[in-house]
Amino acid sequence: MSLTEKDKAAVKALWAKIAKSADAVGADALSRMLLVYPQTKTYFSHWPEMKTGGESVKKHGKKVMGGVALAVSKIDNLTAGLLELSELHAFQLRVDPANFKLLAHCIQVVIANMFPNEFTPEAHVALDKFLGNVALGLSEKYR
Amino acid sequence: MVEWTDFERATIQDIFSRIDYDVVGPAALSRCLIVYPWTQRYFGSFGNLYNAAAISSNPKVAAHGKVVLSGLEKAVKNMDDIKQTYADLSVLHSEKLHVDPDNFKLLADCLTIVVAAQMGADFNCDVQAAFQKFLAVVVSSLRRQYH
Repeated sequence: MSLTEKDKAAVKALWAKIAKSADAVGADALSRMLLVYPQTKTYFSHWPEMKTGGESVKKHGKKVMGGVALAVSKIDNLTAGLLELSELHAFQLRVDPANFKLLAHCIQVVIANMFPNEFTPEAHVALDKFLGNVALGLSEKYR
Repeated sequence: MVEWTDFERATIQDIFSRIDYDVVGPAALSRCLIVYPWTQRYFGSFGNLYNAAAISSNPKVAAHGKVVLSGLEKAVKNMDDIKQTYADLSVLHSEKLHVDPDNFKLLADCLTIVVAAQMGADFNCDVQAAFQKFLAVVVSSLRRQYH
């Protein structure tokens, strides 16, 4: 389900509206994922604390959204653009790729929650496709 | 048997007392048909589903969205035995409607997003977790009679 020009335009337009709040979106999405899908906590056992709104979640949410911002900038070639991040996830972090869609869902819930007027069905389908393709890009080097 | 905490019970009752079924049902179903277009396969008789605008303004989609929400209300009123409450609905979806049960999760995700958009700050992490747990039980009950 590759991205059409219309999808790319929709993603960039949505990103322009939410970019200022990216850190908050990231922290909120991560908190929700850890609570709604407790199996994802297994990847963060090294954190000193895992409180909603805590320092670890905030810091990591910002990092994750930095990755999303990078993906938006490389939207015309996600596989190439996400190569380094893919190597990181494949060889060091070894996050099971099934989890990517869990975080993607939570990111979309947060965007719907914070930007209900901007997250129209058209924006939703474009973002869903985009995040799916980001997940594919991140999984590229796994095997 | 599913164990519900007091918080979860109260949260589910609260959400469903606050949302407007006539808005949320149609919004969730049309969003599902737009974001996951293969789900349109079950609605061949609904007329114009050619694009997002057509789907969002399609009266049959809207009517069916309300049917779905009313169906969910049965689970809200029988949280301690959703499995039994939905036994007939499960058979219906399997034997008569032939709906791939993987689609239930897609609709559940769209419903979560519509409710998140409606409830704003009140839809916090704990509320989302309770809501998704409820929907997971609903989905599991609807899958149960498939064979």
